[in-house]
Amino acid sequence: MKTALAGRTTDVRAAWPPLPRRTRPHRKVLTIRTPIPRRAAVVLTALSLAVPLVSWVALSASGLVPATFLPSPGAVLSAGWEMARSGELAVDVGTTTRRVLEGFGLAVLVSVPLGILMGTFHAAQAAFEPVIGLLRYLPASAFIPLLIIWLGLGEPSKIAILFIGTVFFNTLMTADAVRSVPRSLIDVSYTLGARRGEVLRKVVVPHSLPGIIDAVRVNAAAAWNFVVVAELVNSTAGLGYRIVRAQRFLQTDKIFAVLVVIGVIGLTIDVALRLLRARAGRWAA
Amino acid sequence: MTLALTDVSKEYGRKLALDGVNLTVTPGEFLCVVGASGSGKSTLLSLVAGLAMPTAGQITVDGHLITGPGPDRGLVFQTGSLYPWRTVERNVAFGLELLGLDGAERARRIDWYLAETGLADVRRSLPRQLSGGQQQRVAIARALVCEPDVLLLDEPFGALDVQTKEDMQLLIRQIWRDTGTTVLMVTHDVEEAVFLGTRVVVLASDPGRIAAETPIPLADDRDLAIKRTSDFLRLRASTEDMVRTWHRLRGEVTR
Repeated sequence: MKTALAGRTTDVRAAWPPLPRRTRPHRKVLTIRTPIPRRAAVVLTALSLAVPLVSWVALSASGLVPATFLPSPGAVLSAGWEMARSGELAVDVGTTTRRVLEGFGLAVLVSVPLGILMGTFHAAQAAFEPVIGLLRYLPASAFIPLLIIWLGLGEPSKIAILFIGTVFFNTLMTADAVRSVPRSLIDVSYTLGARRGEVLRKVVVPHSLPGIIDAVRVNAAAAWNFVVVAELVNSTAGLGYRIVRAQRFLQTDKIFAVLVVIGVIGLTIDVALRLLRARAGRWAA
Repeated sequence: MTLALTDVSKEYGRKLALDGVNLTVTPGEFLCVVGASGSGKSTLLSLVAGLAMPTAGQITVDGHLITGPGPDRGLVFQTGSLYPWRTVERNVAFGLELLGLDGAERARRIDWYLAETGLADVRRSLPRQLSGGQQQRVAIARALVCEPDVLLLDEPFGALDVQTKEDMQLLIRQIWRDTGTTVLMVTHDVEEAVFLGTRVVVLASDPGRIAAETPIPLADDRDLAIKRTSDFLRLRASTEDMVRTWHRLRGEVTR
Protein backbone atom coordinates (compact mmCIF):
# COMPACT_ATOMS: atom_id res chain seq x y z
CA MET A 1 0.00 0.00 0.00
CA LYS A 2 1.36 3.43 -0.96
CA THR A 3 0.54 6.39 1.28
CA ALA A 4 1.04 10.13 0.83
CA LEU A 5 4.14 10.24 3.02
CA ALA A 6 5.63 6.92 1.95
CA GLY A 7 9.39 7.29 1.32
CA ARG A 8 9.34 11.11 1.45
CA THR A 9 11.53 13.04 3.90
CA THR A 10 9.55 16.32 4.00
CA ASP A 11 5.97 16.52 5.11
CA VAL A 12 4.18 19.21 3.04
CA ARG A 13 1.59 19.47 5.79
CA ALA A 14 4.14 21.39 7.91
CA ALA A 15 3.44 24.50 5.80
CA TRP A 16 -0.32 24.35 6.30
CA PRO A 17 -1.91 26.73 8.82
CA PRO A 18 -3.70 25.00 11.69
CA LEU A 19 -7.45 24.52 11.11
CA PRO A 20 -9.62 26.97 13.07
CA ARG A 21 -11.62 25.38 15.93
CA ARG A 22 -15.24 26.36 16.28
CA THR A 23 -16.53 27.11 19.75
CA ARG A 24 -19.90 25.66 20.60
CA PRO A 25 -22.51 28.08 21.99
CA HIS A 26 -24.08 26.94 25.25
CA ARG A 27 -27.80 26.18 24.90
CA LYS A 28 -30.28 24.92 27.45
CA VAL A 29 -33.82 24.59 26.11
CA LEU A 30 -33.37 24.28 22.36
CA THR A 31 -30.95 21.37 22.09
CA ILE A 32 -31.82 18.82 19.43
CA ARG A 33 -33.53 15.73 20.87
CA THR A 34 -32.58 16.47 24.45
CA PRO A 35 -35.12 16.28 27.28
CA ILE A 36 -35.93 19.53 29.07
CA PRO A 37 -36.72 19.81 32.79
CA ARG A 38 -40.19 18.48 33.63
CA ARG A 39 -41.29 21.82 35.05
CA ALA A 40 -40.34 23.63 31.85
CA ALA A 41 -42.35 21.12 29.81
CA VAL A 42 -45.42 21.57 32.04
CA VAL A 43 -45.16 25.36 31.83
CA LEU A 44 -44.88 25.31 28.03
CA THR A 45 -47.91 23.02 27.67
CA ALA A 46 -49.95 25.10 30.12
CA LEU A 47 -49.06 28.28 28.23
CA SER A 48 -50.06 26.79 24.90
CA LEU A 49 -53.55 26.19 26.31
CA ALA A 50 -53.82 29.26 28.52
CA VAL A 51 -52.65 31.96 26.08
CA PRO A 52 -55.36 31.41 23.43
CA LEU A 53 -58.03 30.91 26.09
CA VAL A 54 -57.10 34.06 28.00
CA SER A 55 -56.86 36.07 24.75
CA TRP A 56 -60.32 34.85 23.82
CA VAL A 57 -61.78 35.89 27.20
CA ALA A 58 -59.99 39.23 27.14
CA LEU A 59 -60.92 40.01 23.54
CA SER A 60 -64.61 39.21 23.96
CA ALA A 61 -64.81 41.04 27.31
CA SER A 62 -63.09 44.16 25.93
CA GLY A 63 -65.94 44.75 23.49
CA LEU A 64 -63.44 45.41 20.68
CA VAL A 65 -65.00 42.61 18.64
CA PRO A 66 -68.81 42.36 18.30
CA ALA A 67 -70.34 39.33 20.07
CA THR A 68 -71.78 38.08 16.76
CA PHE A 69 -68.21 37.68 15.48
CA LEU A 70 -66.61 36.39 18.63
CA PRO A 71 -68.98 35.13 21.32
CA SER A 72 -67.71 34.99 24.88
CA PRO A 73 -66.70 31.61 26.37
CA GLY A 74 -69.74 31.87 28.64
CA ALA A 75 -72.10 32.32 25.69
CA VAL A 76 -70.55 29.34 23.92
CA LEU A 77 -70.93 27.23 27.02
CA SER A 78 -74.57 28.11 27.47
CA ALA A 79 -75.28 27.57 23.75
CA GLY A 80 -73.71 24.14 24.07
CA TRP A 81 -75.68 23.42 27.21
CA GLU A 82 -78.89 24.51 25.50
CA MET A 83 -78.21 22.16 22.56
CA ALA A 84 -77.40 19.31 24.92
CA ARG A 85 -80.54 19.87 26.97
CA SER A 86 -82.87 19.94 24.00
CA GLY A 87 -81.48 16.62 22.77
CA GLU A 88 -80.42 18.27 19.51
CA LEU A 89 -76.73 17.69 20.24
CA ALA A 90 -77.15 13.99 20.92
CA VAL A 91 -78.96 13.53 17.59
CA ASP A 92 -76.28 15.49 15.70
CA VAL A 93 -73.38 13.68 17.35
CA GLY A 94 -75.12 10.34 16.78
CA THR A 95 -75.80 11.06 13.10
CA THR A 96 -72.29 12.29 12.37
CA THR A 97 -70.65 9.46 14.29
CA ARG A 98 -72.74 6.89 12.42
CA ARG A 99 -71.66 8.41 9.10
CA VAL A 100 -68.00 8.28 10.11
CA LEU A 101 -68.35 4.68 11.27
CA GLU A 102 -70.01 3.67 8.01
CA GLY A 103 -67.86 5.64 5.56
CA PHE A 104 -64.50 5.30 7.26
CA GLY A 105 -65.31 1.77 8.44
CA LEU A 106 -65.93 0.77 4.83
CA ALA A 107 -62.67 2.47 3.81
CA VAL A 108 -60.74 0.52 6.47
CA LEU A 109 -62.36 -2.76 5.40
CA VAL A 110 -61.18 -2.14 1.82
CA SER A 111 -57.86 -0.39 2.41
CA VAL A 112 -56.30 -2.65 5.04
CA PRO A 113 -56.53 -5.92 3.06
CA LEU A 114 -55.61 -4.09 -0.15
CA GLY A 115 -52.64 -2.40 1.53
CA ILE A 116 -51.45 -5.72 2.94
CA LEU A 117 -51.59 -7.24 -0.55
CA MET A 118 -49.74 -4.25 -2.05
CA GLY A 119 -47.07 -4.36 0.63
CA THR A 120 -46.61 -8.10 0.23
CA PHE A 121 -46.90 -8.88 -3.47
CA HIS A 122 -45.10 -6.92 -6.15
CA ALA A 123 -47.89 -7.86 -8.56
CA ALA A 124 -50.47 -6.12 -6.38
CA GLN A 125 -48.17 -3.13 -6.00
CA ALA A 126 -47.68 -2.85 -9.77
CA ALA A 127 -51.41 -3.17 -10.38
CA PHE A 128 -52.73 -0.70 -7.79
CA GLU A 129 -50.05 1.72 -6.64
CA PRO A 130 -49.96 4.03 -9.71
CA VAL A 131 -53.76 4.36 -9.83
CA ILE A 132 -54.12 4.92 -6.09
CA GLY A 133 -51.16 7.30 -6.06
CA LEU A 134 -53.02 9.40 -8.64
CA LEU A 135 -56.50 9.17 -7.10
CA ARG A 136 -55.10 10.21 -3.75
CA TYR A 137 -54.36 13.68 -5.11
CA LEU A 138 -57.93 14.31 -6.26
CA PRO A 139 -59.58 16.27 -3.43
CA ALA A 140 -62.55 14.35 -2.06
CA SER A 141 -64.60 17.52 -1.68
CA ALA A 142 -64.33 18.04 -5.44
CA PHE A 143 -66.31 14.84 -5.86
CA ILE A 144 -69.31 16.17 -3.93
CA PRO A 145 -71.23 17.53 -6.97
CA LEU A 146 -70.51 14.38 -8.95
CA LEU A 147 -71.52 12.09 -6.11
CA ILE A 148 -74.77 14.01 -5.64
CA ILE A 149 -75.54 13.48 -9.34
CA TRP A 150 -74.66 9.81 -9.09
CA LEU A 151 -76.00 8.88 -5.68
CA GLY A 152 -78.51 11.62 -4.86
CA LEU A 153 -78.71 13.93 -1.87
CA GLY A 154 -79.18 11.25 0.78
CA GLU A 155 -76.84 9.19 2.92
CA PRO A 156 -75.02 7.24 0.15
CA SER A 157 -73.31 10.33 -1.30
CA LYS A 158 -72.09 11.39 2.18
CA ILE A 159 -70.74 7.93 2.96
CA ALA A 160 -69.06 7.91 -0.46
CA ILE A 161 -67.21 11.18 0.19
CA LEU A 162 -65.86 9.84 3.45
CA PHE A 163 -64.83 6.66 1.71
CA ILE A 164 -63.08 8.43 -1.18
CA GLY A 165 -61.38 10.86 1.17
CA THR A 166 -59.75 8.19 3.31
CA VAL A 167 -59.49 4.91 1.41
CA PHE A 168 -56.51 5.80 -0.82
CA PHE A 169 -54.32 7.27 1.90
CA ASN A 170 -55.07 4.41 4.25
CA THR A 171 -54.20 1.87 1.55
CA LEU A 172 -50.83 3.43 0.79
CA MET A 173 -49.96 3.91 4.45
CA THR A 174 -50.92 0.30 5.22
CA ALA A 175 -48.77 -0.90 2.32
CA ASP A 176 -45.84 1.11 3.72
CA ALA A 177 -46.26 -0.44 7.16
CA VAL A 178 -46.32 -3.90 5.61
CA ARG A 179 -43.25 -3.20 3.50
CA SER A 180 -41.27 -2.38 6.64
CA VAL A 181 -41.36 -6.04 7.76
CA PRO A 182 -37.68 -7.07 7.64
CA ARG A 183 -36.74 -9.43 4.82
CA SER A 184 -34.73 -11.58 7.25
CA LEU A 185 -37.88 -12.25 9.30
CA ILE A 186 -39.71 -13.52 6.24
CA ASP A 187 -36.74 -15.60 5.09
CA VAL A 188 -36.21 -17.21 8.47
CA SER A 189 -39.90 -18.12 8.65
CA TYR A 190 -39.63 -20.03 5.40
CA THR A 191 -36.61 -21.92 6.74
CA LEU A 192 -38.69 -22.86 9.80
CA GLY A 193 -41.20 -24.50 7.49
CA ALA A 194 -43.84 -21.78 7.10
CA ARG A 195 -45.85 -21.67 3.87
CA ARG A 196 -46.76 -18.44 2.11
CA GLY A 197 -50.12 -18.02 3.84
CA GLU A 198 -48.58 -18.76 7.22
CA VAL A 199 -45.83 -16.17 6.67
CA LEU A 200 -48.53 -13.64 5.81
CA ARG A 201 -50.73 -14.52 8.79
CA LYS A 202 -48.12 -15.26 11.45
CA VAL A 203 -45.34 -12.85 10.50
CA VAL A 204 -46.32 -10.05 8.12
CA VAL A 205 -49.63 -9.10 9.73
CA PRO A 206 -48.51 -9.16 13.39
CA HIS A 207 -45.35 -7.21 12.57
CA SER A 208 -47.20 -4.49 10.67
CA LEU A 209 -50.21 -4.24 13.00
CA PRO A 210 -48.90 -1.24 15.01
CA GLY A 211 -48.12 0.60 11.76
CA ILE A 212 -51.57 -0.18 10.39
CA ILE A 213 -53.20 1.19 13.55
CA ASP A 214 -51.08 4.34 13.13
CA ALA A 215 -52.41 4.74 9.59
CA VAL A 216 -55.98 4.32 10.81
CA ARG A 217 -55.39 6.90 13.53
CA VAL A 218 -54.12 9.51 11.08
CA ASN A 219 -56.93 8.87 8.63
CA ALA A 220 -59.63 8.84 11.32
CA ALA A 221 -58.80 12.53 11.77
CA ALA A 222 -59.25 13.04 8.02
CA ALA A 223 -62.58 11.21 8.19
CA TRP A 224 -63.87 13.72 10.74
CA ASN A 225 -62.84 16.54 8.44
CA PHE A 226 -64.67 15.05 5.48
CA VAL A 227 -67.86 14.23 7.35
CA VAL A 228 -68.35 17.86 8.30
CA VAL A 229 -67.68 18.94 4.70
CA ALA A 230 -70.16 16.34 3.46
CA GLU A 231 -72.79 17.58 5.90
CA LEU A 232 -72.46 21.19 4.81
CA VAL A 233 -74.44 20.24 1.70
CA ASN A 234 -78.06 19.25 2.10
CA SER A 235 -78.35 17.51 5.41
CA THR A 236 -81.12 17.34 7.96
CA ALA A 237 -78.96 16.42 10.91
CA GLY A 238 -75.33 16.19 11.93
CA LEU A 239 -72.68 18.50 13.34
CA GLY A 240 -71.85 19.99 9.92
CA TYR A 241 -75.53 20.65 9.28
CA ARG A 242 -75.79 22.34 12.68
CA ILE A 243 -72.96 24.71 11.74
CA VAL A 244 -74.60 25.71 8.44
CA ARG A 245 -77.93 26.22 10.16
CA ALA A 246 -76.37 28.30 12.95
CA GLN A 247 -74.66 30.44 10.33
CA ARG A 248 -78.01 31.27 8.71
CA PHE A 249 -79.25 32.70 12.01
CA LEU A 250 -75.89 34.30 12.88
CA GLN A 251 -75.62 32.08 15.97
CA THR A 252 -71.82 32.16 16.21
CA ASP A 253 -71.97 30.93 19.80
CA LYS A 254 -73.61 27.74 18.50
CA ILE A 255 -70.95 27.34 15.78
CA PHE A 256 -68.24 27.65 18.42
CA ALA A 257 -70.00 25.11 20.63
CA VAL A 258 -70.18 22.60 17.77
CA LEU A 259 -66.50 23.15 16.97
CA VAL A 260 -65.62 22.44 20.59
CA VAL A 261 -67.70 19.24 20.48
CA ILE A 262 -65.95 18.12 17.26
CA GLY A 263 -62.57 18.80 18.84
CA VAL A 264 -63.42 16.81 21.96
CA ILE A 265 -64.71 13.85 19.96
CA GLY A 266 -61.60 13.90 17.74
CA LEU A 267 -59.32 13.99 20.75
CA THR A 268 -61.20 11.08 22.35
CA ILE A 269 -60.85 8.94 19.21
CA ASP A 270 -57.17 9.82 18.93
CA VAL A 271 -56.46 8.89 22.55
CA ALA A 272 -58.38 5.62 22.17
CA LEU A 273 -56.46 4.64 19.05
CA ARG A 274 -53.21 5.70 20.69
CA LEU A 275 -53.91 3.34 23.58
CA LEU A 276 -54.77 0.55 21.16
CA ARG A 277 -51.52 1.24 19.28
CA ALA A 278 -49.52 1.16 22.50
CA ARG A 279 -51.08 -2.18 23.37
CA ALA A 280 -50.50 -3.72 19.96
CA GLY A 281 -46.97 -2.36 19.78
CA ARG A 282 -45.81 -3.16 23.30
CA TRP A 283 -43.13 -5.45 21.87
CA ALA A 284 -41.55 -2.61 19.91
CA ALA A 285 -41.25 -0.12 22.77
CA MET B 1 -27.43 -36.79 5.88
CA THR B 2 -24.97 -35.64 3.27
CA LEU B 3 -25.15 -32.15 1.83
CA ALA B 4 -23.49 -31.86 -1.56
CA LEU B 5 -22.84 -28.82 -3.75
CA THR B 6 -21.90 -29.67 -7.32
CA ASP B 7 -20.46 -26.99 -9.66
CA VAL B 8 -22.61 -24.36 -7.99
CA SER B 9 -22.49 -20.85 -9.46
CA LYS B 10 -24.62 -17.84 -8.64
CA GLU B 11 -24.92 -14.62 -10.59
CA TYR B 12 -26.68 -11.48 -9.36
CA GLY B 13 -27.43 -9.53 -12.49
CA ARG B 14 -24.07 -9.56 -14.27
CA LYS B 15 -22.00 -10.01 -11.13
CA LEU B 16 -20.71 -13.50 -10.45
CA ALA B 17 -21.01 -14.09 -6.70
CA LEU B 18 -20.05 -17.76 -6.63
CA ASP B 19 -18.13 -19.64 -9.29
CA GLY B 20 -18.14 -23.44 -9.61
CA VAL B 21 -18.28 -24.42 -5.95
CA ASN B 22 -17.92 -28.12 -5.12
CA LEU B 23 -18.40 -28.97 -1.47
CA THR B 24 -19.61 -31.95 0.52
CA VAL B 25 -20.73 -31.67 4.14
CA THR B 26 -20.65 -35.04 5.86
CA PRO B 27 -22.96 -36.07 8.71
CA GLY B 28 -21.91 -34.83 12.12
CA GLU B 29 -19.16 -32.51 10.98
CA PHE B 30 -18.70 -28.87 11.94
CA LEU B 31 -17.63 -27.22 8.72
CA CYS B 32 -16.50 -23.60 8.82
CA VAL B 33 -16.25 -21.53 5.66
CA VAL B 34 -14.02 -18.46 5.95
CA GLY B 35 -13.52 -15.65 3.50
CA ALA B 36 -13.38 -11.87 3.26
CA SER B 37 -16.44 -9.88 2.27
CA GLY B 38 -17.18 -10.39 -1.40
CA SER B 39 -16.26 -14.05 -1.18
CA GLY B 40 -19.90 -15.08 -1.47
CA LYS B 41 -20.12 -16.59 2.03
CA SER B 42 -23.65 -15.46 2.68
CA THR B 43 -24.68 -16.32 -0.87
CA LEU B 44 -23.44 -19.85 -0.28
CA LEU B 45 -25.60 -20.20 2.82
CA SER B 46 -28.72 -18.74 1.26
CA LEU B 47 -28.35 -21.20 -1.63
CA VAL B 48 -28.08 -24.12 0.78
CA ALA B 49 -31.01 -22.74 2.78
CA GLY B 50 -33.02 -22.64 -0.44
CA LEU B 51 -33.76 -18.91 -0.18
CA ALA B 52 -32.04 -18.39 -3.53
CA MET B 53 -31.51 -20.75 -6.44
CA PRO B 54 -28.11 -21.38 -8.02
CA THR B 55 -27.61 -20.06 -11.55
CA ALA B 56 -25.79 -23.26 -12.43
CA GLY B 57 -25.02 -26.52 -10.68
CA GLN B 58 -27.03 -28.27 -8.02
CA ILE B 59 -27.33 -28.70 -4.27
CA THR B 60 -28.61 -31.98 -2.84
CA VAL B 61 -29.40 -33.40 0.59
CA ASP B 62 -29.01 -37.19 0.50
CA GLY B 63 -29.39 -37.06 -3.26
CA HIS B 64 -32.57 -34.97 -3.19
CA LEU B 65 -32.35 -31.67 -5.02
CA ILE B 66 -33.03 -28.57 -2.93
CA THR B 67 -35.91 -26.60 -4.41
CA GLY B 68 -36.73 -24.23 -1.58
CA PRO B 69 -36.31 -23.43 2.11
CA GLY B 70 -37.35 -25.92 4.80
CA PRO B 71 -36.87 -26.85 8.45
CA ASP B 72 -34.44 -29.64 7.47
CA ARG B 73 -31.89 -26.83 6.98
CA GLY B 74 -32.21 -24.47 9.95
CA LEU B 75 -30.75 -21.00 9.45
CA VAL B 76 -29.38 -18.48 11.95
CA PHE B 77 -28.64 -14.93 10.75
CA GLN B 78 -26.16 -12.49 12.25
CA THR B 79 -28.87 -10.32 13.84
CA GLY B 80 -32.46 -9.32 13.91
CA SER B 81 -34.36 -12.38 12.86
CA LEU B 82 -36.37 -12.98 16.03
CA TYR B 83 -40.11 -12.31 16.09
CA PRO B 84 -40.13 -9.21 18.29
CA TRP B 85 -43.74 -9.68 19.43
CA ARG B 86 -43.18 -13.28 20.56
CA THR B 87 -41.63 -14.23 23.88
CA VAL B 88 -38.50 -16.40 23.91
CA GLU B 89 -40.45 -19.63 24.25
CA ARG B 90 -42.95 -18.65 21.57
CA ASN B 91 -40.09 -17.76 19.22
CA VAL B 92 -38.68 -21.22 19.77
CA ALA B 93 -42.17 -22.71 19.35
CA PHE B 94 -42.72 -21.21 15.88
CA GLY B 95 -41.63 -24.18 13.81
CA LEU B 96 -43.43 -26.69 16.02
CA GLU B 97 -46.69 -24.71 15.90
CA LEU B 98 -46.65 -25.11 12.13
CA LEU B 99 -46.39 -28.87 12.52
CA GLY B 100 -49.50 -29.01 14.67
CA LEU B 101 -47.84 -30.87 17.54
CA ASP B 102 -50.00 -31.05 20.68
CA GLY B 103 -49.17 -28.77 23.59
CA ALA B 104 -47.43 -31.32 25.81
CA GLU B 105 -45.20 -32.64 23.05
CA ARG B 106 -44.34 -29.10 22.05
CA ALA B 107 -43.57 -28.02 25.63
CA ARG B 108 -41.32 -31.04 26.22
CA ARG B 109 -39.19 -30.23 23.20
CA ILE B 110 -39.09 -26.48 23.82
CA ASP B 111 -38.08 -27.04 27.44
CA TRP B 112 -35.16 -29.23 26.40
CA TYR B 113 -33.74 -26.72 23.91
CA LEU B 114 -34.32 -23.75 26.22
CA ALA B 115 -32.32 -25.58 28.89
CA GLU B 116 -29.65 -26.60 26.39
CA THR B 117 -29.16 -22.99 25.26
CA GLY B 118 -29.36 -21.58 28.81
CA LEU B 119 -32.56 -19.63 28.21
CA ALA B 120 -34.86 -21.25 30.79
CA ASP B 121 -34.79 -18.17 33.03
CA VAL B 122 -35.78 -15.73 30.29
CA ARG B 123 -38.37 -17.87 28.55
CA ARG B 124 -41.14 -15.31 29.01
CA SER B 125 -39.04 -12.29 28.02
CA LEU B 126 -39.44 -10.40 24.76
CA PRO B 127 -36.46 -10.25 22.39
CA ARG B 128 -35.85 -6.54 23.06
CA GLN B 129 -35.27 -7.37 26.74
CA LEU B 130 -32.43 -9.78 25.89
CA SER B 131 -28.73 -9.18 25.35
CA GLY B 132 -27.23 -9.78 21.92
CA GLY B 133 -25.85 -13.14 22.97
CA GLN B 134 -29.17 -14.27 24.39
CA GLN B 135 -30.94 -13.24 21.18
CA GLN B 136 -28.60 -15.40 19.13
CA ARG B 137 -29.19 -18.32 21.51
CA VAL B 138 -32.93 -17.97 20.87
CA ALA B 139 -32.31 -18.06 17.11
CA ILE B 140 -30.18 -21.19 17.52
CA ALA B 141 -32.74 -22.92 19.76
CA ARG B 142 -35.54 -22.00 17.34
CA ALA B 143 -33.69 -23.62 14.44
CA LEU B 144 -32.57 -26.70 16.41
CA VAL B 145 -35.97 -27.54 17.87
CA CYS B 146 -37.08 -28.39 14.30
CA GLU B 147 -34.36 -31.09 14.27
CA PRO B 148 -32.63 -29.92 11.10
CA ASP B 149 -30.32 -32.23 9.15
CA VAL B 150 -27.87 -29.36 9.05
CA LEU B 151 -27.68 -26.14 11.06
CA LEU B 152 -26.65 -23.17 8.89
CA LEU B 153 -24.94 -20.34 10.76
CA ASP B 154 -24.40 -17.04 8.89
CA GLU B 155 -21.79 -15.10 10.93
CA PRO B 156 -23.90 -15.78 14.00
CA PHE B 157 -21.54 -14.10 16.47
CA GLY B 158 -20.34 -11.29 14.18
CA ALA B 159 -22.27 -8.58 16.01
CA LEU B 160 -21.27 -9.63 19.53
CA ASP B 161 -18.52 -8.27 21.76
CA VAL B 162 -15.41 -10.42 22.08
CA GLN B 163 -16.21 -11.84 25.52
CA THR B 164 -19.78 -12.80 24.61
CA LYS B 165 -18.49 -14.22 21.36
CA GLU B 166 -16.19 -16.62 23.22
CA ASP B 167 -19.04 -17.70 25.49
CA MET B 168 -21.14 -18.37 22.41
CA GLN B 169 -18.34 -20.32 20.74
CA LEU B 170 -18.13 -22.62 23.74
CA LEU B 171 -21.91 -22.92 23.78
CA ILE B 172 -22.30 -23.80 20.11
CA ARG B 173 -19.53 -26.41 20.42
CA GLN B 174 -21.26 -27.90 23.43
CA ILE B 175 -24.59 -27.97 21.58
CA TRP B 176 -22.92 -29.56 18.57
CA ARG B 177 -21.49 -32.32 20.74
CA ASP B 178 -24.70 -32.84 22.75
CA THR B 179 -27.09 -32.93 19.81
CA GLY B 180 -24.89 -34.53 17.17
CA THR B 181 -26.20 -32.03 14.63
CA THR B 182 -24.27 -31.20 11.48
CA VAL B 183 -23.15 -27.57 11.28
CA LEU B 184 -22.24 -25.42 8.29
CA MET B 185 -21.03 -22.03 9.45
CA VAL B 186 -19.66 -19.06 7.52
CA THR B 187 -17.49 -16.44 9.21
CA HIS B 188 -14.73 -13.98 8.40
CA ASP B 189 -13.03 -14.72 11.72
CA VAL B 190 -10.26 -17.27 11.15
CA GLU B 191 -9.66 -17.89 14.83
CA GLU B 192 -13.33 -18.68 15.30
CA ALA B 193 -13.34 -21.02 12.31
CA VAL B 194 -10.30 -22.95 13.53
CA PHE B 195 -11.60 -23.13 17.10
CA LEU B 196 -15.05 -24.37 16.11
CA GLY B 197 -14.53 -26.37 12.94
CA THR B 198 -13.63 -29.96 12.32
CA ARG B 199 -12.75 -28.72 8.87
CA VAL B 200 -12.21 -25.23 7.43
CA VAL B 201 -12.80 -24.16 3.84
CA VAL B 202 -11.25 -20.92 2.57
CA LEU B 203 -13.14 -18.90 -0.04
CA ALA B 204 -11.47 -16.58 -2.53
CA SER B 205 -13.19 -13.30 -3.42
CA ASP B 206 -14.54 -11.83 -6.67
CA PRO B 207 -15.85 -14.23 -7.74
CA GLY B 208 -16.35 -16.39 -4.66
CA ARG B 209 -14.82 -19.81 -5.10
CA ILE B 210 -13.15 -22.45 -3.00
CA ALA B 211 -9.46 -21.66 -2.64
CA ALA B 212 -8.32 -24.21 -0.09
CA GLU B 213 -9.50 -26.46 2.66
CA THR B 214 -7.89 -27.85 5.73
CA PRO B 215 -8.91 -30.42 8.35
CA ILE B 216 -8.62 -29.24 11.97
CA PRO B 217 -7.03 -32.16 13.84
CA LEU B 218 -7.74 -30.77 17.30
CA ALA B 219 -9.47 -32.70 20.08
CA ASP B 220 -13.26 -32.59 20.18
CA ASP B 221 -13.36 -31.38 23.79
CA ARG B 222 -11.82 -27.99 23.15
CA ASP B 223 -11.89 -25.17 25.65
CA LEU B 224 -10.66 -21.62 25.31
CA ALA B 225 -7.18 -22.60 26.56
CA ILE B 226 -6.57 -24.43 23.29
CA LYS B 227 -6.41 -21.06 21.55
CA ARG B 228 -2.97 -20.59 23.13
CA THR B 229 -1.51 -23.97 22.18
CA SER B 230 1.09 -24.17 19.44
CA ASP B 231 -1.01 -26.61 17.40
CA PHE B 232 -3.88 -24.15 17.36
CA LEU B 233 -1.68 -21.15 16.61
CA ARG B 234 -0.02 -22.97 13.73
CA LEU B 235 -3.37 -23.94 12.18
CA ARG B 236 -4.67 -20.45 12.67
CA ALA B 237 -1.58 -18.87 11.09
CA SER B 238 -1.61 -21.11 8.03
CA THR B 239 -5.33 -20.51 7.52
CA GLU B 240 -4.88 -16.77 7.92
CA ASP B 241 -2.11 -16.86 5.33
CA MET B 242 -4.45 -18.52 2.86
CA VAL B 243 -7.24 -16.01 3.50
CA ARG B 244 -4.79 -13.11 3.15
CA THR B 245 -3.28 -14.43 -0.05
CA TRP B 246 -6.66 -14.89 -1.67
CA HIS B 247 -7.87 -11.55 -0.40
CA ARG B 248 -4.87 -9.78 -2.01
CA LEU B 249 -5.32 -11.66 -5.25
CA ARG B 250 -8.85 -10.35 -5.51
CA GLY B 251 -9.59 -9.03 -8.96
CA GLU B 252 -6.17 -10.01 -10.28
CA VAL B 253 -7.22 -13.52 -11.15
CA THR B 254 -8.95 -13.84 -14.49
CA ARG B 255 -12.05 -15.96 -14.59
